[in-house]
Amino acid sequence: MAGYDVNGATVEHDEEGYLTDIGQWTKDVADVIAKAENIDMTDEHWEVVNFLRDYYDEYQIAPAVRILVKEMTKKYGKEKGDQKALYALFPYGPAKQACKIAGLPKPTGCI
Amino acid sequence: MSTLHTVNKSAYERNALKSCLDHALPGDAILLIEDGVLAARKGGSIAPALTAAKASCKIYALGPDLAARGIVAGQVLEGIETVDYAGFVDLAAGASRVCAWL
Amino acid sequence: MSDEQAKKKFFYLNRKAPYGTIYALESLEVVLIGAAFEQDVSLAFVDDGVFQLMDNQDAAGTGMKGFSKIYRALGDYEVRKLYVEKESLETRGLSIEDLMPITYEDENEDYAEKPSIILVGKSELAKIIADQDVVMSF
Repeated sequence: MAGYDVNGATVEHDEEGYLTDIGQWTKDVADVIAKAENIDMTDEHWEVVNFLRDYYDEYQIAPAVRILVKEMTKKYGKEKGDQKALYALFPYGPAKQACKIAGLPKPTGCI
Repeated sequence: MSTLHTVNKSAYERNALKSCLDHALPGDAILLIEDGVLAARKGGSIAPALTAAKASCKIYALGPDLAARGIVAGQVLEGIETVDYAGFVDLAAGASRVCAWL
Repeated sequence: MSDEQAKKKFFYLNRKAPYGTIYALESLEVVLIGAAFEQDVSLAFVDDGVFQLMDNQDAAGTGMKGFSKIYRALGDYEVRKLYVEKESLETRGLSIEDLMPITYEDENEDYAEKPSIILVGKSELAKIIADQDVVMSF
């Protein structure tokens, strides 16, 4: 099994890089995954990642992109809840890539 | 406008057929397939319910599934029409929607 | 509006209890994927399907993924009609108070939270089925 090297420990992931055990997620793990995705985590990135983790905690699923956009708009305003802005932060897809960094499974309906 | 209902579970093991009969509207068609065809045999305790449903719905059973289970022509409840796979397709094509009772 | 006319009525018929079989979870996944197509979606919970909406579900001890909370996310996906059959509840000694509260936010009324669960009788549900374009059973 492939894994991320986080401070000397190995955190397992699947063939696409999603964590095998969501319980192993820490902020350090997120930084390592982000690095592997060529993303420098800024406050804006963390806002999305934290939002996804809260959503998952409440509903046991990662939201689809359009739900993420809608809910981010409601919570942080139009500027943050913007599809373009989200793709600028996570070029390979906000739901897909941000979910990976957030330690969540790949969102349902995301191919 | 009508619905084709399919039932594929034995009425003696599950309530799929009963639930189907409870939700079928007059003019709907009901097709028994797989273990659903077991209800089509004469003399079973479910027969009166099917006979009653015949007054408002058309009831069919899939021939190959009857044959596979040893239910021969004379043993099928009167008024239940036996169809082949092509007949199944015709029923589905003729209905506005298909509702499966699993 | 032509968009409205192109909308089809998708109806998901749920008749199995959760966890004993995969039907309930599969249904939810199909509903969530289908919701991306912005159709007029409704769900019905009939027979043992009513157990899917039980409050206080905790699957942790079974080693299976708990998924009851996902039903509460359906409102976000514009799935706002969850029909629950009265007779099915009664047969099982249940009432609507035994089910988890599920709501959606009405954007036309300042995001007021409204209940998604609609209690219907058998004969009413029969008419609802007859009004659908597509019925998917689980």
